[in-house]
Amino acid sequence: MTIRGKAHIVGAYEHPARRLPDSTLPRIHAEVITGALADAGLMLSDVDGFFCDSTVGFGPISMVEYLGLHVGYVDSTEIGGSSYVAHVGHAATAIAEGKCSIALVSLAGIATLGGGGRPGRAFPEGPFENIWGLTGPVSNYAIAARRHMYEFGTTSAQLAEIKVAASLHAQHNPNALLQDPVTVEEVLDSPMIADPLHRFDCCVVTDGGGAVVVARSEVARDLARPSVKVLGHGEAVKHTDNGRVDLTYSGAVWSGARAFAEAGIGPADVDYASIYDSFTITVLECIEDLGFCEKGKGGTFVLDGALVAPGGRLPFNTDGGGLCNNHPGNRGGMTKIIEAVRQLRGETHPAVQVPDCALAIAHGTGGSLSTRMGSATLVLGRDDA
Amino acid sequence: MSEPLPTPVPEVTPETAAFWSATADGTLLLPRCERCDTVIWYPRSFCPACGSLETTWFPASGLGSVYSFTIIRRGAAPYDRSVPYIVAYVELAEGPRVLTNVVECEPDEVEVGMAVEVVFHDTGEGPALYRFRPLRR
Ligand SMILES: [Zn+2]
Repeated sequence: MTIRGKAHIVGAYEHPARRLPDSTLPRIHAEVITGALADAGLMLSDVDGFFCDSTVGFGPISMVEYLGLHVGYVDSTEIGGSSYVAHVGHAATAIAEGKCSIALVSLAGIATLGGGGRPGRAFPEGPFENIWGLTGPVSNYAIAARRHMYEFGTTSAQLAEIKVAASLHAQHNPNALLQDPVTVEEVLDSPMIADPLHRFDCCVVTDGGGAVVVARSEVARDLARPSVKVLGHGEAVKHTDNGRVDLTYSGAVWSGARAFAEAGIGPADVDYASIYDSFTITVLECIEDLGFCEKGKGGTFVLDGALVAPGGRLPFNTDGGGLCNNHPGNRGGMTKIIEAVRQLRGETHPAVQVPDCALAIAHGTGGSLSTRMGSATLVLGRDDA
Repeated sequence: MSEPLPTPVPEVTPETAAFWSATADGTLLLPRCERCDTVIWYPRSFCPACGSLETTWFPASGLGSVYSFTIIRRGAAPYDRSVPYIVAYVELAEGPRVLTNVVECEPDEVEVGMAVEVVFHDTGEGPALYRFRPLRR
């Protein structure tokens, strides 16, 4: 069985706020879900499938009640910030199997509440990793960056190109947290947080969220707004492999290959790519792992404005991404999907809209690049693709 | 001048009690699968290579080399007063790559591939922390 073309993203909404200190996670869910349903032209009572992470109470149990839903299918797969990319794939699978017809996928984040697992959960690896002064994700990702530099000669200036491209896009997004373009020199001059990663190699920390509505193609056909086809989905967990961890690649090598195979397309066919950008190194490794260039060549691939829309070889993260726009609750997967939807509908800012954008990917990397991560990839297509 | 690294007390579970009590005696124990001989990391009583539930402990050589590292310039408590300091993956001679600190080494001296040996830092509450310093010949 394949999900190719059986489900469409019919509604999408990104919360416009980046600071919501007086809100709650359920309230943010309610706001973005209302926005996504309005975008689709559907009502809450139409929804029969619900997908969210586990940051609110019992996940779907708590949120389905809060929203007053009565659904026949739920999923709260927890693979960190990539969860929502997987959720869309799972929703498409459930729709293809006839388990539901109209599914909501929602993210709400308040950064100060943290994006990781609930306290008290057992992490069997924790005692061997949390005693060395690793300062959250940045130092973890820095260790991967160092190894990539060692093996392939990747440089800080090359990583900086990724931030520069994101910042050039963010200047056209009035909701972006950081709207000023930066130069390679400014990235390199920003304070070193954990060698070799500077402050500007790191994503923003924001509140907010987003939601998408996934529906059967028959439902999509009857709606007024253009929809986006789900063509393929892949996911993977990459871990330390019994202590033999290899830091030069991510789980995208598997999730990307699976998604492309299901969609029946390859990296060369992609017009626009949303690539999870918790840090610049996350993007660099995933560009290689998703097959946009050879392993180890990401550093040269990103040069010469390759990632800058609309004319670059691989226009990416045209909303400014997590590096400049938004990373709600430290979970960037949802905004990756939403910007890919905007590109395929031709609704982004004209300065960054990829002309004739027909095929896009949304890729998520949740967890940590130097230890264990959940990777998820979606291949999405314009309605006529 | 930064302070010496803190020695936070690790959480000890029934699966890892032997590992941590050996650190108090200055020994780095590693688990090995009784069925397929694979050296296991992180320590657990299950072999992820073959699925065996039968594992045993053996003393490691304490030797290894730096696989990758970062220099932390902005730390969080209790490490915040010890910046800059080095967090690294050390590849043990026995195979596994383990997260740890490289100590007795200036941050600008650490390199990928550098030979290191284990040292133990007492937490004062039983377990000692296994850290690594440049191998002195
Ligand atoms: Zn075994």
